[in-house]
Amino acid sequence: MAEAQPIVPPLIVSPEREASRPFVQTLHGWIVTVDHKRLGVMYFSYGILFLVVGGIEAMIMRAQLAVANNHLVSPETFNQMFTMHGTTMIFFAAMPIVFGFGNYCVPIMIGARDMAFPRLNAFGFWMSALGGIILYFSFIGGFGLYGAGSAPDVGWFAYAPLTSRAFSVGHSTDYWIVGLLVSGFGSIATGLNILTTALCMRCPGMKLNRLPLMVWMNVVTSFLVLVAVSPLTAAQIMLLIDRYLGGHFFDTQAGGSAVIWMHFFWVFGHPEVYILVLPAFGILSEVIPVFSRKPIFGYNAMVGATIAIGFISLTVWAHHMFTVGMTSYANAFFVASTSAIAVPTGIKIFNWVGTMWGGKIRFKTPMLFCLAAVAQMLIAGLTGIMLSAAPFNWQLSGSYFVVAHFHYVIVGVIVFGTFAGIYYWFPKVTGRMLSDTLGKWHFWLFLIGFHLTFDFMHIPGLLGMPRRIYTYDASRGWEGWNIIVSIGAACQAIAVLILVINVIWSLYKGREAGNDPWDAWTLEWATTSPPPAYNFAELPEVRSRRPLWDLKHPEDPDWKYE
Amino acid sequence: MAAASIAVPHPQSPPYAHYRGKIGMWCLIIAESSIFLIFVVAYLYYAGKSLSGPTPAQVLDVPIFNSICLFSSSLTIVLAERALHSGNIKRFGLCWFLTIALGVIFLVGTGREWYHLIYDDGLTIKTNLFGTTFYSLVGLHAFHVTVGIIGLTIILLLTLAGTVRQEHSYRVSVFSMYWHFVDVVWVVVLSVVYFIAR
Repeated sequence: MAEAQPIVPPLIVSPEREASRPFVQTLHGWIVTVDHKRLGVMYFSYGILFLVVGGIEAMIMRAQLAVANNHLVSPETFNQMFTMHGTTMIFFAAMPIVFGFGNYCVPIMIGARDMAFPRLNAFGFWMSALGGIILYFSFIGGFGLYGAGSAPDVGWFAYAPLTSRAFSVGHSTDYWIVGLLVSGFGSIATGLNILTTALCMRCPGMKLNRLPLMVWMNVVTSFLVLVAVSPLTAAQIMLLIDRYLGGHFFDTQAGGSAVIWMHFFWVFGHPEVYILVLPAFGILSEVIPVFSRKPIFGYNAMVGATIAIGFISLTVWAHHMFTVGMTSYANAFFVASTSAIAVPTGIKIFNWVGTMWGGKIRFKTPMLFCLAAVAQMLIAGLTGIMLSAAPFNWQLSGSYFVVAHFHYVIVGVIVFGTFAGIYYWFPKVTGRMLSDTLGKWHFWLFLIGFHLTFDFMHIPGLLGMPRRIYTYDASRGWEGWNIIVSIGAACQAIAVLILVINVIWSLYKGREAGNDPWDAWTLEWATTSPPPAYNFAELPEVRSRRPLWDLKHPEDPDWKYE
Repeated sequence: MAAASIAVPHPQSPPYAHYRGKIGMWCLIIAESSIFLIFVVAYLYYAGKSLSGPTPAQVLDVPIFNSICLFSSSLTIVLAERALHSGNIKRFGLCWFLTIALGVIFLVGTGREWYHLIYDDGLTIKTNLFGTTFYSLVGLHAFHVTVGIIGLTIILLLTLAGTVRQEHSYRVSVFSMYWHFVDVVWVVVLSVVYFIAR
């Protein structure tokens, strides 16, 4: 071997749990913090809070759609609900959760003490937080057509010319624009920070080809944040210019184009899917090997596939726009690129299956969520390939089939991955285990609810039910399917409630976790649970992709084979 | 292969930590480039699609003097960086001041051009698509020049206060990357607005 020194992750003695301090002091400590772990937890909690808020909005919609000719809420409220649900879930639930994992995991997994720019990190979080507050302030501040307080009702992709002054009276749309603009600045700051951290803060020996896959996925995600969130920022600035300075970017009366807004939005919107799903893939790539007791199968292929997804995802956006009427050449290009992105995604699925193959699988809660996520990724990918074919897409664009497809990705993979991550890293973050029994209740109930909702949602789509309709006639034959979908949604809500109970209960009563409850291999398990503010008393030195394996098995270390 | 532990006591920083300033700035430049790219695409897409006048060919004159000033500011900032690197604080301050002066001249020139367009040619952001895209793109760039000048001025004030020293040359060079970026964007904006889509 070229290097003579073995790795030595510093296993320091467990510190006392933080002594209880006055509430104001604790609060102050959290507000002024620049510690990546605290910011990670804050990002995460913020995301979960909005996940619940967005979930309530979804439940209102499902209650409205459960039966035909329902008038539970007004059509105006329904429009606000689907707009706020989509915007909240993407920008204020999924993004903060992704950044929460990135913030917590990336520095500690590469053996760093903090991010490259800790203060910028706090700036990013507080900008995102401010964005969410601005968006939700619209409920009381955004006076519109319908009397006092009006949330945005233009849909989460806010197509022109609906957003022009003539059709969006009042300020509700402005809250949407400014909220997203502000949180976009926060996202760009955090993306920049995570990318720089992963490149510059690696501990000695942590070469790029030894980075944990979670870190690799976050690197690609952060790059996508830089190149994909910025176009949205630019488009939002243009929209503000149109609304407040009398510009004509999206003003068809003056020769402007409504279609170019669609292009600008989806140039952001499609990479955004990969921004969210890649960190979930990262969680899968960490949890599956640990619970299969095997190193990840095809590390290099995995990294290559991630980078390929990153680049291809920038070329597929117009598959959201087949029905707009592009040239046949453009259609052909986007059909080809969209189909092509299935290849690297397929490679990943094969690698996860290859990791499990012949492994000694432990069916703990994190692993269960991962198993479900892999299977659901396959199905979501298959409907994705169906929708990538332009003629099929012409038929089903804007129907519930599309809604079912993208929820299959977002809930079936991203949310399942998030839950796996919660059960996997909760012991590290808090020092206590989540209850596995409650976890299994959560898993099975959520799994059943998920499949009731999103499997059966495909069918009314195929039967012609358009998305975003307020109600429908009983004679259309959609009612039975919609009841099943709504029942499934209720199951998911109960499952999330179990998770919340589990988290609160385990915070106080959970079993002490110890430093390394899962017998895992990456650096975060080398330090205490919870880790001290500085993570590592001494910077660790690594010689392989599984530094803790090397430490635990000095007779058969990984670096002999890599 | 002995499994003895050789722990380095309290290492100062990870091996690549030194590069984080420049890497971070490159990331910012990538993000900013994407924002400009969208505005440039909008400008090119709408070129010649205005429903009413005035058109670019009627009202735009190539801002030669302005551009020369901005491009030379990239040169003066390089000279300033070199001066600081070799510890010549006075020369650094002088070159840095020249950079700011050239940037301010550029902004004043842009202001005069806009004044002329608004009051003599009647072109505002509301007039037509050309007005909307022109003022947005050039204005976005001018905004970045303004931010750059604010940053440059802060460093100049710190220099006058005597707190900028030779060991800060890396940080200063990180900031100057931003200024170079603003210049490069002007190459693109200049070619697109005054030559390609005229």
